[in-house]
Amino acid sequence: MKIRFLIPLAVFLVMTAFLAIGLKLDPREVPSPLIGKEAPKFSLTDVMDASKAMSTYDLKGDAVLVNVWASWCVSCRQEHPILLDLAKRGEVTIYGINYKDTREEAQKWLRSYGNPYHSSAFDPNGHTGIDWGVYGVPETFVLDKQGVIRHKHTGPLTQAVIEDELLPIIRKLRGEP
Amino acid sequence: MMAEFGHFTLILALMMALIQGTLPLIGASRNIKSWMLSGLYAGRAQFLFLSLSFGSLICCFIQNDFSVLYVAEHSNSDLPLYYRIAATWGAHEGSMLLWATILAFWTLMVSSIQGSLSLDFHARVMGIMGLISLGMGLFVLLTSNPFTRLVPVPLDGHDLNPLLQDFGMTIHPPMLYMGYVGLSVVFSFAIAALLGNHLDSAWARWSRPWTLIAWIFLTFGITLGSWWAYYELGWGGWWFWDPVENASFMPWLVSTALLHSLAATEKRGAFKAWTVLLAIFAFSLSLLGTFLVRSGVLTSVHAFASDPTRGSFILVLLGLVVGGSLTIYALRAPKIREISEYALVSRESLLLVNNVLLVSAAASILLGTLYPLILDALKLGKISVGAPYFTSVFAPLMAPVFLLAGVATLVGWREASLSKLLRQLRYLGPTSLILGIALTAVFWQVDDLKTLSGLTMGIWLVATSLLSLWNRIRLRKRFVEGLLAQSTSFLGMTTAHIGIAVFLIGVVISNGYSQESVVRLAIGDSTDLAGYTFTFRGIEDVVGPNYKAKEATFTVTRGSSEEAVLRTEKRIYKVQRNNMTEAAISPGLTRDLYVALGDPIDQQTWSVRVYYKPFVRLIWLGGLIMMAGGFLSVIDKRYRLSHLIRSVSKTQTLQSPPRHS
Repeated sequence: MKIRFLIPLAVFLVMTAFLAIGLKLDPREVPSPLIGKEAPKFSLTDVMDASKAMSTYDLKGDAVLVNVWASWCVSCRQEHPILLDLAKRGEVTIYGINYKDTREEAQKWLRSYGNPYHSSAFDPNGHTGIDWGVYGVPETFVLDKQGVIRHKHTGPLTQAVIEDELLPIIRKLRGEP
Repeated sequence: MMAEFGHFTLILALMMALIQGTLPLIGASRNIKSWMLSGLYAGRAQFLFLSLSFGSLICCFIQNDFSVLYVAEHSNSDLPLYYRIAATWGAHEGSMLLWATILAFWTLMVSSIQGSLSLDFHARVMGIMGLISLGMGLFVLLTSNPFTRLVPVPLDGHDLNPLLQDFGMTIHPPMLYMGYVGLSVVFSFAIAALLGNHLDSAWARWSRPWTLIAWIFLTFGITLGSWWAYYELGWGGWWFWDPVENASFMPWLVSTALLHSLAATEKRGAFKAWTVLLAIFAFSLSLLGTFLVRSGVLTSVHAFASDPTRGSFILVLLGLVVGGSLTIYALRAPKIREISEYALVSRESLLLVNNVLLVSAAASILLGTLYPLILDALKLGKISVGAPYFTSVFAPLMAPVFLLAGVATLVGWREASLSKLLRQLRYLGPTSLILGIALTAVFWQVDDLKTLSGLTMGIWLVATSLLSLWNRIRLRKRFVEGLLAQSTSFLGMTTAHIGIAVFLIGVVISNGYSQESVVRLAIGDSTDLAGYTFTFRGIEDVVGPNYKAKEATFTVTRGSSEEAVLRTEKRIYKVQRNNMTEAAISPGLTRDLYVALGDPIDQQTWSVRVYYKPFVRLIWLGGLIMMAGGFLSVIDKRYRLSHLIRSVSKTQTLQSPPRHS
């Protein structure tokens, strides 16, 4: 038997092994070592206004959501209407981290699809994203009043995630000192 | 009662698949005629039972039988009848039953057309299709049974996902599945040929029409899906390189390669081992697509259904089908003798280039789709691969395809003269370039290299395809006589190549020159975009069968002439409480005007998105032209049954002597 005719089979077996491992993994669930720790510090500018500073200090004082997004991310578009809806209800303030994007594209995106964020920090080279342990956008963090990360959701938000996962945590955090 | 009947006939169909997957294969190896024939009857019976089963599921939907879990989850008594029927395949269980039913339909077709196929070959084909049916049947019955009852019975159903309540989406899955599953026929032919050492030009000739038909459905399904995404998702985009889209695109690329390589195998006996491998790949990628969509290993905007146990089952099925067939390939392929010889400049060489490019494109999409998963499995982190990767890899791979597709038809089989070819093209090349530059300069900016090169390639592809046709027509005295003398398969090929050019031109212009703007408009206000004036005329409440909506009316004027009246809706579906935007589109060959209602700012003011999309229709028109080309090819008289029988017996007599030497 000539070896070259075995190549397709070998490639396929390797692929199957990865698919089998992939089945056990949940692409949406990533444990974050940062949970329970203070949110990594950043000092950036507001994506809508380059002259306006934005830092971790702005996030303190109330339980808030921090949503990492980018204009090039398709899943961000999927969750976008849900974020807009949440912002309109006014139950929680949503901050954004605009990850590895250009200011122009990001502004265009927010103007086109609506802006649910109180403000978004502009992180063009992704350094802050790396500090925050961002694997892939979109990701959403829940921060308590002291600015400590208490929960993280990876992947697009759905109505169910907001109702059953994020809002209960936020309500609980509101009750804490 | 209906659900139990459906369940029962599903089990009967599985029994038939068991017979069909075993007896004919054993019969073929032991030469037992009655066993070989049994596969044909079992296959037809399987189709009968699966249609009854699928039919009873449709009945459950029509009768609003919410005691059936699947119906309760995906329908509602307010859902219009048309969508209740379409809801049958609107989610996982039903669409898998549809998959199995379509496979049985193809089985019926194959069982009815024996022609001159030898009995053992035909029996093996039926046997392999039976094994696939068995796997799918078990999958439906064990992990995704749509007939499961629900106790207690709910008063009403949970309704169909509003995204799917749309005409395009109701016919998209059946068309795509016809294509996916249609590739199982070529696959079975290839495996049967490997098992029985029948890899000859007769096998290639039998495989071609089946591949073409599957390819036509696949092309149609993908085109429909893209069109649906364009108008229903309301983002104005037509392709997102999403894993689910990629899953349908990979089989398309490989089956396109297969069509071309089959031509070389049929005409010249070339690339036999490669063609067999492509046939295996094409169907494997269809199965992989099903796995990716159904298992939830990848995140996708189309995350309709996912369940790890189903994923494991499909993975095992995938492993058995693909692993088994590649093992057979590894054992049998070394014995295949390639008899053809060809020079560097020949149609064979160019078809080889076509195959290498198309398969590389499919492989790079596969890599991009699976890359996040591979990194995750190796614990190297989670990433998402987006459109930038795909466009940067895909464009350079496809550019030579566009350049060579027309040229290849000018080059003869076996050996051709390069100088003669260059002489034929000496005017066409510069003319296409000048035309490309001129058009870009007149309508857009001349320094826009993307548009310029895209247009030039499109014009070049059309020109070279037509030159090849003209060369043939010229042999006759009169034009019409010459045109009529061409085989429909040649006309089909020319048409399909022109379709690619039309598609390319649509992509280039709409990507380069679409304009969009988001404005806040009060009733009576207007906004300008690309020379058109959009005026917000008013808004009113509308009530649909299962939704309430705000309907906004816009008029579009250009200069003093009215171009269109557009009505866009913001719907709230009663049961799932989903907000849906129904974009309003004024379609046109040269431009689409697209208005989508955003959010209300106050009683009178709304945010509104308006798009101007030049030549975007050409994208789908190109797909339809390709399909028409496929259709012309498949009705060629060479593939008609009577002709197949005669020519196959001829090739067999011609080929038998060298086989013994």
